[in-house]
Amino acid sequence: MLGTILFAIALLILSAFVSAGLTRFDRASLALGTTGSVIACLTGAIGALMALVRPEPSSFRGAWSMPVGEPHVAIDALSAFFLLCVFVVSGLAALYGSGYLPAYVGKRRLGPAVALFNVLIASMAGLVIARDGILFLIAWEVMSFASFFLVTFENEREDVRRAGMTYLIASQFGVVFLFVLFVLLGRSSGTYDFDHFAAVGGLANACFLLAVVGFGAKAGFWPFHIWLPEAHPAAPSHVSALMSGVMIKMGIYGLLRTLTFLGPPAAWWSTVLLLLGAASGLMGIVHALAQRDLKRRLAYSSVENIGLIALGIGLGLLGQSHGNAIVSFFGYSGALLHVLNHGLMKGLLFQGAGSVIHGTGTGSIESLGGLYRRMPTTAFSFLVGSIAICGLPPLNGFVGEWLIYVGAFRGAASLPATGAVSALVAIPVLALVGGLAAACFVGTFGTIFLGEPRMQLPRAHEAGIAMRGTMLIGSLLCVGIGLWPAGVLRLVMPAAALAGHIPVGLSDASGPLLAMSRVAFVLAFLIAALALLRSALLRRREVTQGVTWGCGYAAPSPRMQYTASSFAQPLLAPFAPIIRVRVHEDGPSGYFPARASYEEHIGDVAGEGFLIPGTRRVARALSQLRVIQQGRVQLYLVYIVVTLVALLLWQLMGAAE
Amino acid sequence: MTGSADFILLVVVVLDLYIVATSRLASCVHASAFQGVALALLPVALWAPGYAGGADVQVLHIALMSVGTLIVKALVIPQLVLRAIREANVRREVEPFVSLHVSVLIAAALVGTSFWLATVLVLPIPAPTTLLVPVAFATVLVGFLVLVSRKKAVTQVVGYLMLENGIFIFGQTLVRQIPFAVELGILLDLLVGVFVMGIAIHHISRAFDHIDTELMSALKD
Amino acid sequence: MTLAWDVTLHVGLLVIAPLLLLGVIQKTKAWFAGRSGAPLLQPYFDVWKLLRKGAVYSRTTTWLFRAGPIVSLATALCAGLVLPLAEKSSPLGFSGDVILFVYLFGLGRFFTMAAALDTGSSFEGMGASREAAFSAFAEPALLLCLAILCVPARSVSLGDALGALPAAPLGLSHPAYLAAALGLFGVLLAENSRIPVDDPNTHLELTMIHEVMVLDHGGPDLALVLYGSAVKLFVVGALLVQVALPSPAQGGWQSVGLFLGGQLGLAVGIGCVESMMARLRLPRVPQFLVGASVLAGIGLAALLYRGAP
Repeated sequence: MLGTILFAIALLILSAFVSAGLTRFDRASLALGTTGSVIACLTGAIGALMALVRPEPSSFRGAWSMPVGEPHVAIDALSAFFLLCVFVVSGLAALYGSGYLPAYVGKRRLGPAVALFNVLIASMAGLVIARDGILFLIAWEVMSFASFFLVTFENEREDVRRAGMTYLIASQFGVVFLFVLFVLLGRSSGTYDFDHFAAVGGLANACFLLAVVGFGAKAGFWPFHIWLPEAHPAAPSHVSALMSGVMIKMGIYGLLRTLTFLGPPAAWWSTVLLLLGAASGLMGIVHALAQRDLKRRLAYSSVENIGLIALGIGLGLLGQSHGNAIVSFFGYSGALLHVLNHGLMKGLLFQGAGSVIHGTGTGSIESLGGLYRRMPTTAFSFLVGSIAICGLPPLNGFVGEWLIYVGAFRGAASLPATGAVSALVAIPVLALVGGLAAACFVGTFGTIFLGEPRMQLPRAHEAGIAMRGTMLIGSLLCVGIGLWPAGVLRLVMPAAALAGHIPVGLSDASGPLLAMSRVAFVLAFLIAALALLRSALLRRREVTQGVTWGCGYAAPSPRMQYTASSFAQPLLAPFAPIIRVRVHEDGPSGYFPARASYEEHIGDVAGEGFLIPGTRRVARALSQLRVIQQGRVQLYLVYIVVTLVALLLWQLMGAAE
Repeated sequence: MTGSADFILLVVVVLDLYIVATSRLASCVHASAFQGVALALLPVALWAPGYAGGADVQVLHIALMSVGTLIVKALVIPQLVLRAIREANVRREVEPFVSLHVSVLIAAALVGTSFWLATVLVLPIPAPTTLLVPVAFATVLVGFLVLVSRKKAVTQVVGYLMLENGIFIFGQTLVRQIPFAVELGILLDLLVGVFVMGIAIHHISRAFDHIDTELMSALKD
Repeated sequence: MTLAWDVTLHVGLLVIAPLLLLGVIQKTKAWFAGRSGAPLLQPYFDVWKLLRKGAVYSRTTTWLFRAGPIVSLATALCAGLVLPLAEKSSPLGFSGDVILFVYLFGLGRFFTMAAALDTGSSFEGMGASREAAFSAFAEPALLLCLAILCVPARSVSLGDALGALPAAPLGLSHPAYLAAALGLFGVLLAENSRIPVDDPNTHLELTMIHEVMVLDHGGPDLALVLYGSAVKLFVVGALLVQVALPSPAQGGWQSVGLFLGGQLGLAVGIGCVESMMARLRLPRVPQFLVGASVLAGIGLAALLYRGAP
């Protein structure tokens, strides 16, 4: 199995070099790069699938001697599951990119973008199979930088550049914590090899917090998420699909892997994750409702889903700390299945968004409308993605949330009081977040694809065959996993067992999942039967077409339709204290009002409320230190000499004792 | 023969003081070139005759080190710096931060300090000759002095060269331990460093019509 | 009672009884107003009349508009098949069906809202927006009430949870069950668009929530919508009735009778509430629903700290 994965990584890097080398021939480099990545992802996905279905631990230690130990890679169930996510979502994104990028031919070189894309996939795969700290950090940094360059693909735009810098700063901020984490673990174990990492007591608590901040900044936990809504919209859509679908899950992988080193969890760890999950979920979806740009909305929705995953991990930790294997199982399985599901769903949604932007030239929700007729495939795929991400049966999003719910219910029933309260907190949070998400996505889908166009877009057209095909494959996967969840759970279980130190044979959920599929089929049967009934009834009746009832209004216009902001207004009104709403209103006045305007701006409370002001205050304090920079080289050399002399004297004094 | 090695080291110290004392840039560079010749002869003087531990040091290693040092430090680098001087069209050093007389006194004090330091810092492996460590320290410290107290960029390059010479001398204590590749690497490092400095000086003088670092502090943020 | 008979009875109740509830509510409101009101079986006649009509579709709409009524009815029927109706277990019940029960309604709501937005009318968009907001707050309340049932039963199946209820009615055995019943009543009023959340008899589009979402449907579609809302009322009401009046252990015709009596009593109760209260102002509805959640939360706290019965 490991050989297949290593082959896939090698193929990705090779195709990256080939694409980079052929930079002058845009289409050739795109074609070769895409072919390489699709084949590699296919091979890798199959390899990961085999590793999950027939687990045989395989590992490989490199013989090169680095000063910090030899490189060590291996596959176990957790790595295999995340590899599956990486390769499936990346393969689809690469295929989509082959249809999306040709629009940029002539405006910029495609070669570097294709090459960096493949390097990004390779680095994520390498990250997941790395088994020593140095290799892990190298892969992590390659991933950060490759994605940075991909985000700033359209770097002639000011907003893209600013988004790229925010992203870079946020990712390096997280890496600092990771460095400290690995150094601590390495020093306490004497080596950087994961097999020897173990930490208990105070060190474990410190490592847990470092991991939560360091990996959480990459995953997008609130309040470290402020880079997500900047970077994901700025990147080209296939890169956004990859980043939202899989790259932020690398943070989740890192957190889970760190948890496997840390021994039995303390009770407060689950509280931290449950709180972070609840905050991310709620703040994510509330801010998503307030956005008017399609990709920003999807980015905030990713924050919300990461919150749900964190809730699942929190439940798993809760079960682990109380020794309740069932709660732990449901928590971790739910989180892991949601990792896969969200990758597929969000990938699909970003691809749909990319088609919309590609076809209409704008990503602003309020300018669109009625696109279903012009872009039927995109609209259908976006519908499937929306239903899936709202967690509605019978699609795949529901199964992940169901697992987390069952874990919470079981926890409430069988844990002692403090644990039961923590588990119970998850239930209304999940329900509220789910309800708001449903509202958000119905509003988004309805405003963009249904109704009448709000602005005339005569050149709106459907996406190309590559983009459409990829979206249909994604939709098929979402529906398939939803209709056969028992099979997918068999892939999740080994990984969950590893993450939570649970005995593998605890297949508590396949019976109910089969029953769920039964309900799905009954539902489908009922829908079909009712549709037949109605068509039978209408066959002998008169069916005509007309205009929508406008309450007798004489001059209806498409601008009178409900916009996305108006749709979201009753939903956001109860949350007014926690979001920063700034309203500029110029209301209609007089007997024959002529002009009126209303503008609402909702900022990000984490960013504008405390992160950015806090950073500014720190920067102002540190700028006091500017006085040591005089601009003279000689002075800097004096600093060096003084330091060296001081060290020399220190050595002398040490030697004299 | 320790005698010839000591003689060479003495020449090196005298050249250090000469570089500090002179204000003509071309003289500095020539003195630095002479130092390079002296340093090229140093390994031959130290290891070739039958020193107590010299029997197992490879002759080829010493020969290559000598020839390499000679070419780079005595020929290539001085040529680069002289070319930079010609293009920048400077002749003399302007008044440095510490006046020339005072800097010579400070340099002498530094040489004295380095002799004291050599007695305090004992090497685990005894050096081939007793003057090696003090002269190494002296060259390093005087190199720092030149770097810190001079204003013209060319003189700072010469100070950097003196620093590297001091390190080279110190490295002679470890000839058996340092792999050949590391020494080559250091030499290459030096060459590239000076090359880059030469280019930088050229561009600075083109852009600002002078290479006075004092005026360039206006560029600070 | 054999399985086939159970399933037939369940399906029969689910298909036939719901419209009767609507009739009872109308009769109760008419009695309060001093009218004699429409016949008790009027909703059946209405559905029959609508099924025989033709249809007019707006040119703006797509297949989603035609799918909306079908999906909402189908999900309501499925939810009814998942929930046990005065029996040990339902035809489609399984461990974990509590969550599926709630989310089936979510699916139906999604398609109803999409159908509303499909018409491109601002009224229907308004209705969809309000429905989205209110249901977002109703779902936590519903799930917390269900948690009150599931925690003492230590099960996530509706059948087991309802079966484990002690036989005392109206939560006399434990205050948590009373809290659950009251919370469920609030959720029922919200989900089925009854006063105080929505007025089903209003004629002003600006004040409608559910009615305005289906404004453009006519003919068989409107029949399906009407029937679907009746089934939803019946199913959520069935949950409430089985919580408030738990069936005695022996089951059989006694429990079916108790159940039907409870449903009719519930319908009368809804009619009373609709006649005695006015509709809440729209910003107050989320507060009302949060109140229901808080009530359920208090019930849960009582369960956890006083101990389950």
